[in-house]
This record gives sequence, C-alpha cells and structure tokens, in this order.
Amino acid sequence: MISLTDYLIVGAILFGLSLAGLVINRKNLIIVLMSIELMLLAVNMNFIAFSSFLQDSAGQVFVFFILTVAAAETAIGLAILIVLYRLKQSIHISELNTLKG
Amino acid sequence: MTPFTIPDFLPAASEMFTLGMICVVLLAYVFFDKNNRGITYFLAQLTLMGAAVICILLYDHANEITFNGSFIIDQGSLLLKIFILISTVFVLMYSRVYIKERNIPHGEFYLLVLFSVFGMQVLVSAYSFLTLYLGLELLSLPLYAMIALRSDQASCQEAAMKYFIMGAIASGLLLYGLSMIYGACQSLDLQTVAAMMNLSLQSQSLMLVLGLVLVSAGALFKLGVAPFHLWVPDVYEGSPNAMALFIATAPKLAGFALLLRLLAGAMPALFSHWQSLLIAVAVLSMAVGNIIAIVQDNIKRMLAYSSIANMGYMLLGLIAGTSRGYGSALFYIIIYVIMSLGAFGVITMLSQKGFEVEKIDDFKGLNARNPWLALMMLLIMFSMAGVPPSAGFFAKVGVLESLVKVHMVWLPALALVFAIIGAYYYLRVVKVMYFDEPMEKAPIFVSSFDTQLAISVNGLAVFFLGLFPTGLIELCQKAFLA
Repeated sequence: MISLTDYLIVGAILFGLSLAGLVINRKNLIIVLMSIELMLLAVNMNFIAFSSFLQDSAGQVFVFFILTVAAAETAIGLAILIVLYRLKQSIHISELNTLKG
Repeated sequence: MTPFTIPDFLPAASEMFTLGMICVVLLAYVFFDKNNRGITYFLAQLTLMGAAVICILLYDHANEITFNGSFIIDQGSLLLKIFILISTVFVLMYSRVYIKERNIPHGEFYLLVLFSVFGMQVLVSAYSFLTLYLGLELLSLPLYAMIALRSDQASCQEAAMKYFIMGAIASGLLLYGLSMIYGACQSLDLQTVAAMMNLSLQSQSLMLVLGLVLVSAGALFKLGVAPFHLWVPDVYEGSPNAMALFIATAPKLAGFALLLRLLAGAMPALFSHWQSLLIAVAVLSMAVGNIIAIVQDNIKRMLAYSSIANMGYMLLGLIAGTSRGYGSALFYIIIYVIMSLGAFGVITMLSQKGFEVEKIDDFKGLNARNPWLALMMLLIMFSMAGVPPSAGFFAKVGVLESLVKVHMVWLPALALVFAIIGAYYYLRVVKVMYFDEPMEKAPIFVSSFDTQLAISVNGLAVFFLGLFPTGLIELCQKAFLA
C-alpha cells in the first residue's frame, strides 16, 4: 500500500526539481517555462493525493482549475517569448539585461 | 447527493455587470472602433463607473455569502472594490492620450484593464481558496500581456517576461502552500479552514507552518515586498508609462485583500507565527525601499522603491493584528494608491509624443513650464513624505498608532526613522521642480480637458483627505468591526 507520505514526497521532489531548474538554469527561457509548468504539476500531485486520502473531491476540482490556468499562463508566456525573440533574435536569459535588476 | 440550488446572484452583481460589459466592449471594439474614435474608451469608463455604483448600492447587503460559501461581500471588500474601480477610471483618463499618441492597440489595452479589474473584484470577494486563486490569476495574466502590448521595444518585452516569470513562481509557491493547508484542514473554504486550524494545530503543526510560509511568500511576492521585491523596479521602469500607472495602483489594493484574507481570514490561529514573519518583512522593506530609493535617478525606479517602502508601512497595520490595525492598514493602502495614481498620472501626462519621462531631471523647472501640474505633484510628494496636514501623514499615524496600542513601541520608532530618511527623496523631486532651471523653456500644455480635470481632482483629493480624513478613516475602521 502506498501511503500519503510517499505521494507527498514525490510532490516535494517535483517541486524541488522545478525550483532547481529555475535557479540553476542560466541559459534558456524555454527551460524556465518548463520549470514553472513542473511546479504547478507538483502542486497538482499534492492536491490529488490529499483529495484521495481525505475522501474529499474539492481538491480534484481545484486541480482541473490549476491545469486550465496553467495552460493560459503558458500561452501568455510563449507569446511574450516570441515577441522577445523577434526583437532580440535570442532567448538567452543573460540577454535580459537592459533593465538593471 | 445534495440537490442543486440556484445560488443568490445579487452579491456578485458588480462582477457580473463587469463581465457582461466586457463582452459588449469587445464587440464594440471589433465592429465600430478600429480607428479609435473613443467608443471603446467611453464604454470601458461606463463599465467601471457602473460597477462602482453597483458596489455602492450593495453596501446595505454587506456580509452576505453565496456560491456555496466561496464568495462574500463584506464592507471591507466593497470598499476595496469601489476604490479599485475608481482608481481604474483615473488610470484610463490619464492614459487615453498616451495610448493614442504611441499607436498602442487601444482596444486591447482597455479590454485587458477591464479583465484585470474583473479578476481583482473576484479576488477581493473570494471566500475559498479556489476563488482566491482564480481571481489572482485573472488579475495577473492581463497585466503580463498588457506590458507586452508595445511590441516594438525590447525593454517592454523584457519587463513583461520578468514580471511573468516572477508572477508564475509566486503563484506556484502560493499553490503549494495552499495544498499543504488543504491537506491539514481538509477544506478549501476560508471559514472552515479557520475553524479547523485550531483542531489540527496540535497534530499537524509542521505542515501548517510550512503552508503558511509558502502562502505568505507567494502573496508577498505579488505585493512586491522585500525580500521578494526584485521584480518591482524592473517592471516599473520597463513598462510603458500608462501600464506602469495601472500596475502601481489597483493591483496593490487587490494584493492587500489577498494577504488579509489569507492571513487574517484563514489563519488567525497561526497569528503569532505570521506576525513575526511580517515584522521581519516589514522592517526589511522599509529599509530597502527608503534607502535604495535615494540613489535612483530614474523617477519610475524611485517610485518603485517607494512602493516597496509603503507596502512595508501597510504591513505594520496587519502586524498589530487588531481590527483597528486592519482598518488603518486599509486606510493606508487606499491613500497610497491615490498618491501613486497622481504621481504616475503626472509622469504619463508629461510624456509627450516621442518623449518619455524617465529621469527625475525631466521634472527640472516644471513650475516654470506648467505651474498647476507642478503644484499637484508637490501636494502628492508632500503627502508621500508624510508632511503633517496631508493624507499620507494621517495614514502613517494610523498604522503607527495601532501598533502602539498593542504595546509594540520599537517598531513604530524604527518606522519613523525610515520615514525621515524617505522624506529626502520625495522632497528632492519638489526641489527639482521648483528651484532648478528648466532644460527647455517651452511651456507644457496638457491637451485634453479630462486629464487636466482628473489630475486636479486627484491632487486635491490628497489635499482634502488630509484636511478631513475622518470620514474615510471611519469607513475603513467600521469595515473590520463587524
């Protein structure tokens, strides 16, 4: 029998991977988008595990909404990425440097 | 199976009106207004004002919960909605000419603003984690797209990308925290969560505290408080002035509502935990905001750091943890939004065709070129610095007093020191406007009458709210007494 803790550990590992992807990756904006997506999937993992073990369907409903919003979010991210590529001819993170921060 | 009952739609009247009108605006834009004859602008303004009127009418129906406990209207949320809508009316007035002169697609801009305002209204009224999250995303997604609307400038796209990445990480953190709290409290309902939290605090305190930390990190990210502030100056600087004007105003009110609902609404049982967390964050943002703002020569970056500092002051009211503290925090954020609206409004108005106001030096000798605008900017800067008979002064006094009431004296003292440091850079703008020689002698004319009217109302509102602050303070305090 797989326990709730195991599911949560998988979720935490996924979340950690996505954070690592965001922090370590210094090259490509596409990887940033992928990491963000992975982060939301880690959250979904948690919600479904809880929802199944608590016998409460609200968590699964939440997951559907997260999936939908994640799709919209990625669409906007990719759209900005395309305009950025047209202007700069590159999607390297190191070239995002006109603003000081 | 419980039988399906039709929920009471009345509490959500202003949201439904906004959504319906968004469709009308969209159709009107596509069929009648490709050449920017002002129909879209007029309808967008009508939407905002209509929704504001509905909110005022709903004031008697406060404290109604509907949609299976996921939506609430209380006085606090109605007050926030009214100010969100009114501030957006001003945003559109200031930015109409700006949008037109720069050939930014106007219909898209107005629609994105309306969608974002719709999201803010949902967020402010949310009473379950699901509505909270949906409102938050509906508020943020149009903002990312809005900055990217100016597709010929790389800096705008860069700002949009940074804002998008930061915002997405913030919602990721927030959601991960929410999943923890859901697991510990077995509900998504704010009310149930607050009730369950006492029970589960013994058995699952680790999970709850972890959830609390992640959730507040996400919310503070959105609000742009140190140490989660790195995106704020970049986004303000990179965005076109009209978009920076919008980002700096209405979303702050919504962010405040988000923080209040999550911390005070859902997790009063963890008060001592989030109080110490907010103290650290507030001190850090007052320090970072006020000190780094001094060295900025870009006015938008300066205002960005000032917003970080001001969010720190607002948090002081939440730290007090009393209804009086929440009321004064609400008053603070409303006054801050009015001031920030005016400051960015002046920046947007001064940006003529082919010329963007960026540097503080662009304000040199403004008094000689347009005395009335200079006077309005003077009122706003004095108020931001907290000079006595101004609205900003009473806002600061309110939050500091609420802290003293709960016997925390060192924190207000520290806040005062930072406020004095902060006064320097606000007054520098005044000095530049009044005592420096202008670089160009030509007077600046504000072409349209409505922008002139808007800035006058805005500047004088700061002035008169300073002379007669009692009414608004009482409204804010009453919102949390119930």
